[in-house]
This record gives sequence, structure tokens and C-alpha cells, in this order.
Amino acid sequence: MITVKKVNKRYGEFRVLDDLSISFPKGKVTSLIGGNGTGKSTLLGVVSKLLNKDSGNVFVVDQDISDISSKEFATRLSFLKQSNHTHIRLKVRELVCFGRFPYNRGKRMCSEDCCIVDRALNFMELEDIADKYIDELSGGQRQRAYLAMVLAQDTEYVLLDEPLNNLDMKYSVQIMRTLQKLAKEFGKTVIIIVHDINIAAYYSDYIAALKDGAIKYFGKTEEIIKPEILKEIFGLDFEVIQRNGKPVCLYYN
Amino acid sequence: MGLAILVILVYMFTMLGTRPDYVLPRRAIKVAAMVLIACSVGYSSVVFQTITNNRILTPSIMGFESVYILFQSFIVFLYGDATFQVIQSQENFVFSVLLMFGFALILYFTMFRKENVNVYFLLLVGLILGSIFGSMTSFMQMIIDPNEFSVIQKSLFASFNNINTELLGISAITLIISLLIGSRLLHNLDVLSLGKEHAINLGVNYQRLVQVSLLIIAVQVSISTALVGPITFLGILIANLSYEFIPSYKHRHTILGASLMGILLIIGGQYLVEHVFNMGTTISILINFVGGLYFIILLLKSRKI
Repeated sequence: MITVKKVNKRYGEFRVLDDLSISFPKGKVTSLIGGNGTGKSTLLGVVSKLLNKDSGNVFVVDQDISDISSKEFATRLSFLKQSNHTHIRLKVRELVCFGRFPYNRGKRMCSEDCCIVDRALNFMELEDIADKYIDELSGGQRQRAYLAMVLAQDTEYVLLDEPLNNLDMKYSVQIMRTLQKLAKEFGKTVIIIVHDINIAAYYSDYIAALKDGAIKYFGKTEEIIKPEILKEIFGLDFEVIQRNGKPVCLYYN
Repeated sequence: MGLAILVILVYMFTMLGTRPDYVLPRRAIKVAAMVLIACSVGYSSVVFQTITNNRILTPSIMGFESVYILFQSFIVFLYGDATFQVIQSQENFVFSVLLMFGFALILYFTMFRKENVNVYFLLLVGLILGSIFGSMTSFMQMIIDPNEFSVIQKSLFASFNNINTELLGISAITLIISLLIGSRLLHNLDVLSLGKEHAINLGVNYQRLVQVSLLIIAVQVSISTALVGPITFLGILIANLSYEFIPSYKHRHTILGASLMGILLIIGGQYLVEHVFNMGTTISILINFVGGLYFIILLLKSRKI
């Protein structure tokens, strides 16, 4: 379980995170929703130790993250940012192998490492292009390659900043199913930022809605996907209909 | 690799003249110095480019060379013609190294005091200080005697012609130690080349890695600059040649490649200077010439794609 307690973060005068507290439930998929610039990415950055917070604490189980060494932290929590590119000539398989770095520290891959890498490649359907160079791939293929790297890292907590960026509908659905499976079958805690409200509504167990650097609403998906709440968060009129027991939101007008 | 060894052998054993017993040991010292310089320039440039995530920068942007040139100009400014009677080359060397290293330390520690290092901010400060030193240097050079200026000029070009054996010993030990320490960082640097965020996510202690690497670079650049003069332009050239020819992202390979390219270029260049141009030019002019050409080719090539 990840607990965020009264975290503040400001860029200059602007308060991005304003006394934010939340507890992410273990073994569930939690989606962060909210408009642009409400602090979603900053929150994930702080939790994954990428950004320094100005005050407050973040705990993994009972341990403050600032007390965990970077080596150990990488075996427990992984994070993928929104856009990924590299200027080095790297094959897909080599990229995915980097996911094992926290365990082997760059030494030779053991057979278990190779096995996990193969499984991650398989999961993301990347076997055909495993020997292609990253810079020759389309945006969606590259995104899948980076996701495979995170899978290979095999951590208890997986944080993804807009993982569906650049992906077509087929792969979006596939990745959301994968994340659901990670949570259900392997007990991993998945926290993602999603902009497609219907994807969030369909696949996540919990939803946290952010506004002005604070958690405005947090609860089970069906408690959050309500017209009045969504209107407050996004400033749009929503119509929520039920289809096969899942909510679907209509907001185009 | 083979080519580099070939160049060394050619340089060592051709055009021996009538007194091989005199020529050989002197050449061996030069070769040792050149190999050493090539390795440290190779290491520092490749690592610097990884840290800054940029392929056209070298550590010279941090202002090391301007500190060196400023110091050289300053002592000539003080002592004039008599400079080399007043100051021994050993002293000069030690002072230059200390100054450059001290400069780096002051720069790093004022910057690192803040919790979050921003490498680009560090570069910018180094760049600005470098140009301040540069203008101070030109000011001093402007007001000194033209004859004295020619004394400075000697130290502005890299030269392997009169390397002091004693200095070489000390430098060799320090450089080798720094390379050994540096070699333990290589796996982490591989990860860093994915980008800062990925490196942190994969458990690399980013702050520490950058600090330690920059210190190693500072040691290497100070020593090689003080030993032979400003030669860091070489860094861009050999690092990029290495990326071009070595089909690997691993620092182990690219640094080795860059070092071998360095050996090839420096020793090949020195051979040309000694036997083709009869000492009529200096090796830095040759390297700059080749480097310039290579860059134009690189630019033209990337235009096409």
C-alpha cells in the first residue's frame, strides 16, 4: 500500500500539490483523472522519487520512501513517464533487458532474467520486432516496448503516466487488460493516469479525481463516475449510462 | 584495435635514422603519453556526453581550458621573457592541475549544495566563467609584448614533443586510478543513456553518479590539458567516430572505441607532423583540420536523411 501524507510541491509561486493526502489500495488498479495541470503527473513523480517534494511524506507500506535506497526502491516500484525517446541505438530486446537492471546491476543476465524478459516481450506482442531498433518503430510500438521494460522490472507497484499515449484502440484495450491482470492475478498495485474517462471507468477498481493540486474525490469506480462529480472535475455536462453493469460516459455535445 | 597497434608500431620503428638506441626510448615515452591522453580524452568525452545527453559537447565547455590558458598567459604577463627561468615546468604543471581541479571543485560544490543538480545549469555557469576567463586572457595577451606572446602561443597548442618523464609518471598513475574508478560506473552509465527518469526508475543513484563522473572527468581533463595543452576538441571527434563505428550502446565498448580512435588519430597525426611536415605544423592544427572536415561530412550526411 502506498500512502501519501500532506505532500506539498510548488514550482515557483504555483502550488502544484496542495497538502495532498491519499492511500492507494493494494492489489488494485487506481486511475488518476483530472484536467490538465492539476498535478497528476507531479503526484506520480513525487511518489516514484523522481521529483523532490517540498514537505510531507510518502510511505510504501510503513516505510518512508526517502529511507529506501534507490537500488531497493527500483525493485519495488516502477514508473513510466508520458513520452519516451532515446538517442542511443538500442534494440527492443536490449531495452526490455534494462528492466532487469535493478536485479543484476548490469552483470550477465541469468536464465531467470531472460525468462522474464521473454515473457514481457510476449505479453506486449513484441517478439516479431524484438531485434528492431527503437528509433525505427512507430510511436505505439515504442510505447509497448517501454511498457515491456516496466513489466520486466517486475515490481509490486507499477506507476504509469498516460500509458495509452500513442496507442491504437486495440493496444489500449490490451494494455488495460494486462494491467487488470497484473492486479488481479499477481496482486500488483497499479496506478495510472488516464485521460479517456470511459477506459478509466471500465478497467479501474478505484478512481481518484484531482483538482487544483488536491484529491477532490476518491473511491470505488461506481462511486466516482456520476454526472455531478464529473461535471465538477471537468466542467462539462456528462451523461452516464449503464451497459452490462459498467458505466459509460457521454460528454460530446 | 589492430589498426591502432599497427600505427603504434609504424610510429615506433620507421625512420629510425642512425641512432636507434637514442630514438627508441624517447619515442616510447611519447607513445605512452599519447595512449594515456587518448584513453582519458576518450573516457571523459563519452561519459560527459552521456551525462549531458548531448553528442556535440565536450568537457572543454566547462571552461577547463580557459583556466589553463588564462594561467599560462598570466605567468607570462607577470614574468615576461624571464618566465621559464622563474618557473619550472614541474611547478607550472602542478599549479595548472591544481587550478583547473580547484575550479571544477568550486563550481561543483556551489552547484551541488542545492539538492537537485541541474546539469545544464552547471554547464551554463561553466560556459560563462569560461568566456570571462577567455576575455581576461585576451586582455592580457593584448597588452603584453609580441615577443612574450609567442611564448604563450607555445602553450596554446597541444604538443607531444617535449613531455617531461617525471610528470608523465605522476600523471599516468593518477589517470590510471581515475580510469579504474571510472570503470566501475560503466553499467550505471549505460542505464543513464536511456535518460535521467529511466535511470532513476531503474535504481541508479542519479545525483551520486553525476557527481562522481564529473569529478573523474575533472581529474582527467586537468591532467591531460596540463600535460600536453588544450586538445579537448579531439573529444568530440573520437566520441562520435566511436558511436559511428561501434555498433553497441554499452559504454565499455564506446569508450574503448573512442580511446582506440584517439590513439589512431594522435599517433597518426604525430607521425605526419614529424615525418611529412617536418615539424612545420602542430598536431592540434592537424586534428582540428580533420575534425572540421569530419563535422562537415556529418552535417551533410544528416541533411540527406
